[in-house]
Amino acid sequence: MGAGFGEATPARRWRWGLLDLAVIAFALIPVLWIASLSFKTTATLTDGRLIPAEWTLENYQSIFDTSQFTRALVNSIGIALISTAIAVVLGMLAAYAVARLDFPGKRALIGVSLLIAMFPQVSLVSPLFDIERRLGLFDTWPGLILPYITFALPLAIYTQSAFFRQIPWDLEKAAKMDGATQAQAFRRVIAPLAAPGVVTTAILVFIFAWNDFLFAVTLTSTERSRTAPVALSFFTGDSQFEDPTGSISAAAVVITIPIIIFVLLFQRRIVSGLTSGAVKG
Amino acid sequence: MADIVLDKVSKKFPDGTIAASDVDLEVGDGEFVILVGPSGCGKSTTLNMIAGLEDISSGDLYIGGERMNDKAPKDRDIAMVFQSYALYPNMTVRENMSFPLRLAKLDKATVAQKVDEAARVLELEQLLDRKPANLSGGQRQRVAMGRAIVRSPKAYLMDEPLSNLDAKLRVQMRTQVSRLQKQLGTTTVYVTHDQTEAMTLGDRVVVMRQGRVQQVGPPQELYDSPANLFVAGFIGSPAMNFVHARLTDGQLSSVLGDVSLSGSLRRALAASDAPADLILGIRPEHFEDAGLVDEAHLGTGARFEGQADVVESMGSDKYVYLPLAAERASTAELDELAADAGATDLPASGAQLVTRLSAESPATEGAQVRVWFNPEKIHLFDPETGRNLTLAR
Amino acid sequence: MTVLQEGRRQLSEGKRAERRLGWLLCAPAAVVMVAVTGWPIIYSVWLSLQRYDLRFPAEREFIGLSNYAAVLSNGFWWNAFGVTMLITVVSVAVEFVLGFALALVMHRTLVGRGLVRTSALIPYGIVTVVAAFSWRYAWTPGTGYLANLVTPDGAPLTERASALGIIIVAEIWKTTPFMALLLMAGLALVPEDLLKAAAVDGAGAWQRFRSVMLPVMKPAILVALLFRTLDAFRIFDNIFVLTAGANETSSVSMLTYNNLIKGLNLGIGSTLSVLIFIAVAIIAFIFVRLFGTAAPGSAEEGRR
Repeated sequence: MGAGFGEATPARRWRWGLLDLAVIAFALIPVLWIASLSFKTTATLTDGRLIPAEWTLENYQSIFDTSQFTRALVNSIGIALISTAIAVVLGMLAAYAVARLDFPGKRALIGVSLLIAMFPQVSLVSPLFDIERRLGLFDTWPGLILPYITFALPLAIYTQSAFFRQIPWDLEKAAKMDGATQAQAFRRVIAPLAAPGVVTTAILVFIFAWNDFLFAVTLTSTERSRTAPVALSFFTGDSQFEDPTGSISAAAVVITIPIIIFVLLFQRRIVSGLTSGAVKG
Repeated sequence: MADIVLDKVSKKFPDGTIAASDVDLEVGDGEFVILVGPSGCGKSTTLNMIAGLEDISSGDLYIGGERMNDKAPKDRDIAMVFQSYALYPNMTVRENMSFPLRLAKLDKATVAQKVDEAARVLELEQLLDRKPANLSGGQRQRVAMGRAIVRSPKAYLMDEPLSNLDAKLRVQMRTQVSRLQKQLGTTTVYVTHDQTEAMTLGDRVVVMRQGRVQQVGPPQELYDSPANLFVAGFIGSPAMNFVHARLTDGQLSSVLGDVSLSGSLRRALAASDAPADLILGIRPEHFEDAGLVDEAHLGTGARFEGQADVVESMGSDKYVYLPLAAERASTAELDELAADAGATDLPASGAQLVTRLSAESPATEGAQVRVWFNPEKIHLFDPETGRNLTLAR
Repeated sequence: MTVLQEGRRQLSEGKRAERRLGWLLCAPAAVVMVAVTGWPIIYSVWLSLQRYDLRFPAEREFIGLSNYAAVLSNGFWWNAFGVTMLITVVSVAVEFVLGFALALVMHRTLVGRGLVRTSALIPYGIVTVVAAFSWRYAWTPGTGYLANLVTPDGAPLTERASALGIIIVAEIWKTTPFMALLLMAGLALVPEDLLKAAAVDGAGAWQRFRSVMLPVMKPAILVALLFRTLDAFRIFDNIFVLTAGANETSSVSMLTYNNLIKGLNLGIGSTLSVLIFIAVAIIAFIFVRLFGTAAPGSAEEGRR
């Protein structure tokens, strides 16, 4: 914090460097640990070493051999992508209205989305279980997509309205003065400026849907719609020799890869997206 | 190329605020007209109504003889320069400037030729492939101008285009804008709150206050013959001095001493039914150090003596501030002017007289200074209506 | 010049059109949100007043508040509630301190800022179940580096105290970055000049932190604490993987899950849903009351 105001003396650089290392180690060791487990052979699985003594890919081969994991992966990808697309579009419409238009009920909408953001999701598990069973939605893709959209919407609305609000009004006026119609002004001037916000929101919503466990474990029962996190938590020894540790670790690494890619590519966007809605409430 | 006519144009918002009221204005073809006034006087609303960005509540707007009230901005064939420049951040300078042309579906060769031509005029050739984020304030301003001139519209509207620039650049750009307008000869309406810009740029200046036009005229006319207290106080820097005065039998008494009025002034006052209590206005530059005035003139003028509070030596002249044994003159208009200048935040120090004397004046801070002024140069205003009673002289 | 404001108002027809457009644009989002949360929660109140066990559907009948009496007089609920509260309070408190430190590092570090921020995002982004497995294997005797290192003789995941400790550690690891990001956004609001002025005025590092940074950051801190508290209260994934609720480590969410999937008792399950909903509402209410106007509900003022 306040030790000083900015000068980068060598001593300071070292101190910050060490702190940075501590943070990086804190963040990465659990991930590296499970990655290391996934590359261990069955024989060395229980040696407790951080770096595998013998490297192997057999754990990965085994999880892709059966449909148990591949099918779950397809479910996860499909459900997360569809939820993301719908939540981002619905959120965009509402966010545009919140940021740009004046109408009664706007506060109510903001209030409702705030409530949903605080809502205890577990409270929905029992009633949704019963309702979806009756409607034939239980253990289907839409049965998961619906709650995902719902709980992603507050995020989608906040983040995108924060982005919309940053676009200067004058640009729309200028486009009109330059001879553009309302539609042209939106398509050629506003939309390109809103794109980063949409991408950011999409990433955040995807991460949310991809990570969910509670709904996925309660509202599915078969391979038909079970997502990857649930599938891997249900891995048992019987499809293997005995211990599922290796295959669970391999599956864990596989479903972590998209997250790592997003984080590496869009670090800045994710940070700004998470914080833009939060600071202003 | 076209003239712009506003006929009793008014703007009333749903909440009842009247932003512009019965604005009558005729901007001739090729003329450069400035709308000036303090914040909230309705100048920007008026400009936006001409642009079509805001609806006209009542009255008519004609551009080039055609009624424009119901036309969309894009069908009015006018270009606008915004205070924020409103450059499209996702487009390069070239794309920004060609945007209106591409919207108008001109062929590529023509677009390129027109953009290059405008870039040459504004010296933007080196910057054409940059994004606005990589330009300095002055460069952005020029790109905004370029986007406006590239399509040779009927008229330009400029909404405080220079107010985001620093002081030095603003002066430079001011001359450039003026030269450009003369060169192109296109009708231009320019909004500013800066009276220096208003005085130096325009063929004619429109002073507005609270949605109403106060006076329209060439800068010199506004300076010499302000129609009312507001215009008198708004135009000129440093601002005109105002003190309360009382008129008895052609004699005017105020804290500046007793002055006997000339025949033409008396006749003007009589013709306009002047009340006995008046506000006397006199510009700082109409004072001179009494020691520097030759004998012949000294007798024809009035004198005032005081202890110099502050002396600011500007090199070419000297500003001498003399305290007055009276309250600051106060009317609705003067209070608004003071508020606009931020003077309400100053500690209440009573009234003071600002005088602008020759550099040769020996005045120093704390010393007694005798100043002379010519009674012919004073203005007298009706405190109730603010009307200038001495215009008819 | 308030042109921007004015531009939005226009004539009354324009105003009406604007309202219609606003409603039209918001309707889909509002309908989905209310339909998927409002309706089930009302439905669960209705279910909670019935005996409704999917294994014995024929015995379904209206029984008033009996389910509530059954749950509230049962040790499992109170144990789960206590565990949930403990995990919530401890993890949020630790996260706040760690998160603040992390936020300061991310905000101020002179070297490798991008790298630090990127790595800090990994715990946020990673699937909770994956992280939970990593912790589980780390503490599994024989397999894990932590178990071998810290408790070579015991089985920490099978004892209540140590298991709860591990659950809390896993929760803290996963969510500290989120807390840190929210706090970092708050830090960005503290003007550098203010800190310099305080330093010139003779404030030490701690005083600058207490008297300058904290007050300016108060809204951001409240938002972060409120959301993290409510989030921690619904802890489920970590417990599911680490202990499956064994040895009295069930949270209220875990209890609801077990009751629903293993017990298939919808009446009791809905009762739990309603109780959790009420508990969360009370926590949110206390937050807003305790910390007053700076809570997110009132932050709406600043949005416009």
